[in-house]
Amino acid sequence: MKKYGNFNIFALIIGFSFLYIPIILLILFSFNESRLVTVWGGFSTKWYGELMSNQGIKDAAWVTFKVAFISSSVATFLGTIAGLVMTRFGKFRGRTLFSGMIYAPMVMPEVILGLSTLLTFITLAIDRGVLTVTLAHITFSMCYVSVIIQSRMSSYDDSINEAALDLGCTPLRTFLLITFPIILPAIVSGWLLSFTMSLDDLVIASFTSGPGSTTLPMKIYSMVRLGVTPEINAVSTILVGIVTAGVITASVIGKRQKQRSIKLSHI
Amino acid sequence: MDEKQTKNSLIKRTFNGRNAVISIPYLWLLLLFLFPFIIVLKISLAQPIIAMPPYTPLFSWGDSLWPKIQAGLDSYLFLFSDSLYIKAYLSSIKIATISTILTLIVGYSIAYSIARAPTRWRGILLMLVILPFWTSFLIRVYAWIGILKTEGLLNLALMTIGLIEKPLIIMNTDLAVYIGIVYSYLPFMILPLYANLEKMDMSLLEAAADLGCRPIKTFWSVTIPLSMPGIMAGCFLVFIPVVGEFVIPDLLGGTKTLMIGKVLWGEFFYNRDWPVASAVAIIMLLLLVVPIILYQKSQEKAIK
Repeated sequence: MKKYGNFNIFALIIGFSFLYIPIILLILFSFNESRLVTVWGGFSTKWYGELMSNQGIKDAAWVTFKVAFISSSVATFLGTIAGLVMTRFGKFRGRTLFSGMIYAPMVMPEVILGLSTLLTFITLAIDRGVLTVTLAHITFSMCYVSVIIQSRMSSYDDSINEAALDLGCTPLRTFLLITFPIILPAIVSGWLLSFTMSLDDLVIASFTSGPGSTTLPMKIYSMVRLGVTPEINAVSTILVGIVTAGVITASVIGKRQKQRSIKLSHI
Repeated sequence: MDEKQTKNSLIKRTFNGRNAVISIPYLWLLLLFLFPFIIVLKISLAQPIIAMPPYTPLFSWGDSLWPKIQAGLDSYLFLFSDSLYIKAYLSSIKIATISTILTLIVGYSIAYSIARAPTRWRGILLMLVILPFWTSFLIRVYAWIGILKTEGLLNLALMTIGLIEKPLIIMNTDLAVYIGIVYSYLPFMILPLYANLEKMDMSLLEAAADLGCRPIKTFWSVTIPLSMPGIMAGCFLVFIPVVGEFVIPDLLGGTKTLMIGKVLWGEFFYNRDWPVASAVAIIMLLLLVVPIILYQKSQEKAIK
């Protein structure tokens, strides 16, 4: 191993400071006694208390979690199928269009996705509400799930499937007993990614939601427009905490599973 | 009999399990991703009216037997007659280009440093890059407001150590928008670059060094060309969504920061002019269609 240059260490320190300092400051100032976000007035958790008595935020949080849970579950189902179709179904008519419809939503500006989905709901006379936000979230989340599944499948060993089929296993059983357990970690990370993206989304939700389906990001956005307050910092800190805990748990589970499969392969 | 069999097998071939599985995600995306663009195109050809929905129907029957088609390019003509829209498109492309280059420079240094770090460190370093990407976009942008404000933390810190006397005006300028974009989109740049740099065959670099090539020259003539697929993927992932970005210019930029995503939002939510908002979206889509296709091609190649 060649020596690790000073430049690299410097780049990592600057890079990670840039990535983390804003979030750390945000968390720090959620515990600030003072209402001013830049003046430290002593440690306090009063903003969290105030948050708990804010019915608007609690309602928005409930709507957001409901939408995120349902949309990520449906998106994981659809996205897993889409990923398998792309990697295991070979050629079929309309494959190029299908692949385009999977990659395009991931880079498409959100304002376009939001506007087009909303206008469709209006044309189809579907009332705006929790349902429309959920449908819109499923659509973009399933594309991310499908890409995660596709990249997992690219290193999948086909011969084990063939072995199972040769030994008389039906295709469905082969999928449930062999393919599914192997791609399960990818499915779990797809679900987690969909969940956090739904939790996150402001633009598409603003277009597709109706009265009574204000999501947490929409609520935060309207608060931010009025000014920076420690309450926003507090609600942000809670969200950051939930997501961090989830991601770390998922990666620990993933690592354990990997170690187990390495152990199994040694037997 | 024979005919019946072929017909049956045709039906079987069309409605078999395989096609049924394909059709589930396929129909979903057709209905909720592709079909919406046709609707947007249709509404961009309508006239705004004060009603719900606030646009004229494309066909009206009236008294005659044949539907009267009421389609017009009025919204598009309006876009091209008012220089605001053209300026907004150009300014969006300029901001997206500059911020893509800035993100590439910052992202490349980080991805390169991670890829060359000792193997046992790479996993954790990569995890540290991904973690902020999982936390809310809106929250990360919001975090910068407290830092960049005139009476914010950055000015406070710089003034305390005596580097500046008067506070810097960064908030509500294009500079704040660039900072916000680089910050928010950095992981999208780092991940494809890292995936590419990590796989790079180090013996090629050693060969260059053995043949007397200096490290700087090796970097420019070996490492950079080899990492081109990663660079392209990262740049598309940043450039395309940034062209239509709304949250960052809205929260960090000023009134002078002109971006088309903000214009579309304003046309829709404040002016309630749906045909013009749709026309803005259609033109934006036309600008982005080539980069999107190039991105799709590069991704398909990468997964194979």
